[in-house]
Amino acid sequence: MKEQGRRPDAGRRKLLRAGAALGGAALAGRAALAAAEQMVQLPMVNGARRFAAYPQKRPLIVMTERPVQLETPMAIFNDGVFTPNDAFFVRWHLSNVPTSVDGAAHRIKVHGLVNTPLSLSVADLRNNYEQVEIAAVCQCSGNSRGLFEPRVVGGEWANGAMGNAMWKGVRLRDILNKAGIQKGALQVRLNGLETPPMTTTPDFVKALDMDQALREEVIVAYSMNGQPLPILNGFPVRLVVPGWYATYWTKMLADVEVIGSVDNNFWMNPAYRIPDNACACVEPGKAVKTVPINRMNVRSFITSLQDGAKVRAGQEVEVKGIAFDGGYGIRRVLLSADGGKNWSEARLGKDHGNYSFREWFTGFRAPRAGDYTLQVMAVNGNGESQQVGTSRWNPAGYMRNVVETVRVQAV
Amino acid sequence: MKTNVKKIALAVAALGLTACVTPSVADKASITLPQETAHFKQGPGSDVTTIYCTICHTADYVYMQPPQNRAGWEATVTKMRKVMGAPASDADAKIIVDYLMTQNSRQ
Repeated sequence: MKEQGRRPDAGRRKLLRAGAALGGAALAGRAALAAAEQMVQLPMVNGARRFAAYPQKRPLIVMTERPVQLETPMAIFNDGVFTPNDAFFVRWHLSNVPTSVDGAAHRIKVHGLVNTPLSLSVADLRNNYEQVEIAAVCQCSGNSRGLFEPRVVGGEWANGAMGNAMWKGVRLRDILNKAGIQKGALQVRLNGLETPPMTTTPDFVKALDMDQALREEVIVAYSMNGQPLPILNGFPVRLVVPGWYATYWTKMLADVEVIGSVDNNFWMNPAYRIPDNACACVEPGKAVKTVPINRMNVRSFITSLQDGAKVRAGQEVEVKGIAFDGGYGIRRVLLSADGGKNWSEARLGKDHGNYSFREWFTGFRAPRAGDYTLQVMAVNGNGESQQVGTSRWNPAGYMRNVVETVRVQAV
Repeated sequence: MKTNVKKIALAVAALGLTACVTPSVADKASITLPQETAHFKQGPGSDVTTIYCTICHTADYVYMQPPQNRAGWEATVTKMRKVMGAPASDADAKIIVDYLMTQNSRQ
């Protein structure tokens, strides 16, 4: 059985068994540093991954080496509501990711349909704007893509392309208002320092509609959990768009352009789009009208027990985990121990705001020896919940939010 | 793995406004990424595949995918050429697809 405590390295020292689903056992503590190369088998075909410690990072699951993409093991989310910077997932799109950044020399250019173009240093942000802090989940659009059925091509993540941090910075709105937004502004186009290796490859550029760009929660962040951002998470500044998928959270933000049209570059269209319907889903093979991906849906995970864990029959075991959504806030978390027939209410942990992970706690007692199916479902402040049963499907593998299942064996 | 993180000038800008200390700013940060280990396995077409595909990404991008049929790999190679700008000719694209079919395919 796994320890339930919050000690950072507790219960993580056992080696991964080949074939174990991604979840609890995922090690990655300091103790693991000493170990030789660790492998994990994510629960998908071609899901063998190795662990490696990249600079400023503890050993994480390596999805790809260039551009570097690192996944956070589920066990990390059991340690606390905020994801440590050195365990935070990493995702880049283009192979030229700067490995050396002069934060003092860095400038954010603000231009386009503005009265006064600006060139802002991090010091400008810290000295000349109101400082704001917000807890927010950063989740890749394609988090859990590898679990889609039928499978789809792309970054084959299990559930660890997400993290929660306390971000500090200044409102994008305040910057735009200082520059003075001109009539006809439709979108704000965002670009960071990563560049493609060839001029024929589309640069990674994203755009937000003005109403999103002007939301008061959207900030240009220079601090993550009280520390400068790791380079691989976008040092010295990244955009934080609470509630929305990470594709808009431009890392190493360098260029903010107010435009009078709708950006149609590759990364806005056809990439990062979802079916234009309430479920963001479609039957495999069918064509559907699409819109840019936007607000996150509701998800919840059991973090204290991994799939296949053993518990003692007749004894109460604490079950805990996390839940989050796109900004309405988590109101309820329900646990079922009988495959979804009966649900009981979990206790919610401290509220860090509507955009944060919300921890939840409950107990489970297996009345007798045997197999049990634990399932967790969250409900947000807008009454939205998770997909029960078979997961919804879309061709890019976005927005998975099926009710998660952990099978445990009582002995 | 070594971490070459230089934190120069840890400026603590408290400014006397509140009792809380704002986070330190690292002016300069640099890292050295580990040596790449993901390579295309030797075989007919692996050299051509390495030349074009690794301009932008390592071989793990291929090996992590769900096994593809020929139409699937053709669609991916076409996207890489037409959208992402891979400068491979029609003939080279055929070599790459044939190679990918030997590496990670289904019927």
